Amino acid sequence: MAITVKTVKRPAPGGTSYVRATLRGMRLTFKHVFQKKWTMQYPEETSQQGGEAWTISKRWRGTHRMSVDENGKAKCVACGLCPQVCPANCIKLVPGEDEKGNRYPLVYEIDEFRCVFCGYCQEVCPEEAIHVGVHYQNAEYRREDFVYDLERLMKQTHEVSTLWDPADPKGQ
Amino acid sequence: MMQDLVVHLVFIGYALAVLLLFGTVLTWVERKQAAIMSDRIGANRAYVRIPFTQVKLVWWGLFHGLADGLKMMLKEDFRPNSYDRFAYALAPWVAFTPVLLVFSVIPFGGTLVPAKLLPDASALAAWFGDRTYSMQIASVDAGLLVVFAFGGLTIIGAMLAGWSSSNKFSLLGALRAGSQMISYELIMALTVLGLILIYGTVDLNAIARQQSGVMLGFLPAWGIFLQPFAAILFLTAAIAENKRIPFDLPEAESELIAGYHTEYSAMKFSMFFIAEYANMLTASALLVTLFFGGWDVFPGLAFSAPPWSVTKSIVTFFAFWTKTLFFYLLYIWIRWTLPRFRFDQLMDLGWKFMLPLALANVMVIAVASWGLVAGGIGLGHKGALALAGMNVVLGAVLFFWYDRGRVMGGAAMRARRTMRADTVSHLGGH
Repeated sequence: MAITVKTVKRPAPGGTSYVRATLRGMRLTFKHVFQKKWTMQYPEETSQQGGEAWTISKRWRGTHRMSVDENGKAKCVACGLCPQVCPANCIKLVPGEDEKGNRYPLVYEIDEFRCVFCGYCQEVCPEEAIHVGVHYQNAEYRREDFVYDLERLMKQTHEVSTLWDPADPKGQ
Repeated sequence: MMQDLVVHLVFIGYALAVLLLFGTVLTWVERKQAAIMSDRIGANRAYVRIPFTQVKLVWWGLFHGLADGLKMMLKEDFRPNSYDRFAYALAPWVAFTPVLLVFSVIPFGGTLVPAKLLPDASALAAWFGDRTYSMQIASVDAGLLVVFAFGGLTIIGAMLAGWSSSNKFSLLGALRAGSQMISYELIMALTVLGLILIYGTVDLNAIARQQSGVMLGFLPAWGIFLQPFAAILFLTAAIAENKRIPFDLPEAESELIAGYHTEYSAMKFSMFFIAEYANMLTASALLVTLFFGGWDVFPGLAFSAPPWSVTKSIVTFFAFWTKTLFFYLLYIWIRWTLPRFRFDQLMDLGWKFMLPLALANVMVIAVASWGLVAGGIGLGHKGALALAGMNVVLGAVLFFWYDRGRVMGGAAMRARRTMRADTVSHLGGH
């Protein structure tokens, strides 16, 4: 869209009335007293319970999740692209190799505390292994608990994020 | 004599309790109303758990005010590095005390007859005899003057706070508070002047008593029906006096952090806060007393006239508080509707708009009441009706001519003003 300048039309001197505008505003706010309240009483009701008004977007980038293949092993091949691309430097990866020469992660840890949830790791992953998820309730009592290891990432069950809208892949 | 002392101590204790404890509840009322008006639910979480049980008293979050108060008491009392020690400590008290003093002259109910308080309490009846007390801490003849004398003192608290905390924002806030409050105090006083002309007294209880009549058989003889115009001016000036939105320039968050109490924390800040809410309560009480009949219940119910019984005392008491709370809610309603003025707009509104209106109001009332008395109609209810008619004319002038584009000049007005200034300097240069 081309950038345009919007000219706001100001009323001429003598064309505005404060008292009347005040009364109109007060009528408006009074009407809102009787309107539907939009508050979500958070801990008791959450968007994940599937309420009408409160659903999170499928493109939400939240807690990570590692995809698993049919044998129950992580899809990750320890290529090292995600720690490379991660702007927050929160992914720790130590690659290993089995006897057949297949690479796999010896250590794979994501510090959810450092993570900025940009979703680059999901975007860059050639195996579609690591994902950001449609999930936001990951509070913990201790700092260490925010470091998710491979096992924990594989155990996550929430929906994975659709980084872009499939109907509109270019984001237009 | 002892009896007087006891009764007045009870009154004083009651007033302190209302203004301090009720003040904390009022902060919750404000939060709740703000939420409801913006389609939210509002503070509803804080509760009190009865010890050793799992019974939680939530009561729609009524305890939020208490929780806030408790938090304030436990906070660190932070002080800035360089400040005027004496004035800094004094300022919250100077801001806070006058509000209590103003409240002391406002009658909050009809007349109390202590002897009748308990049925068959012969000791009480014997001790009090047939003494009666008007429900007012200090029945001063100069009630309204006391209100203005002490009401003006709160400015000093704000100024002291701003000056002593050696902070530019505080000082700016204090300066704004000073100029604003002085401007609007003038308007408030002028507005009330017209009222004094009609009532012929400054004793607030006498004013309340005068309003307990009936006009034309159905209309209560409240000040609002005599001088609706003055009531609107008084309401506006009172909001400005309390430094509430849309006149909250002394503590404009987006410009001055918190204005004159930026450097205050813990209980000292809390005192400014409570003072503000108590001030609001006092202002609405004053508005009720002057324009809405004070403790007068709607006429025809015969609650506001002697002989006084306990029922009548209680009913008038609650009548007063119902009206006062209504205006408190109105203040909040206005606050969460209107945006803040710019400072030049504020001064324009005060000096170029409201001051002439207040002067015109006094003039019209003075001339009219003189005319009514000279013309033999008198200031009775017929005369009052004539006054109300004149107010309607004044109101029409306000709405259809005076209000247009003069209050909120906006950009066009500013441009015109600077243009004029340019022309003047240009001419002066030659």
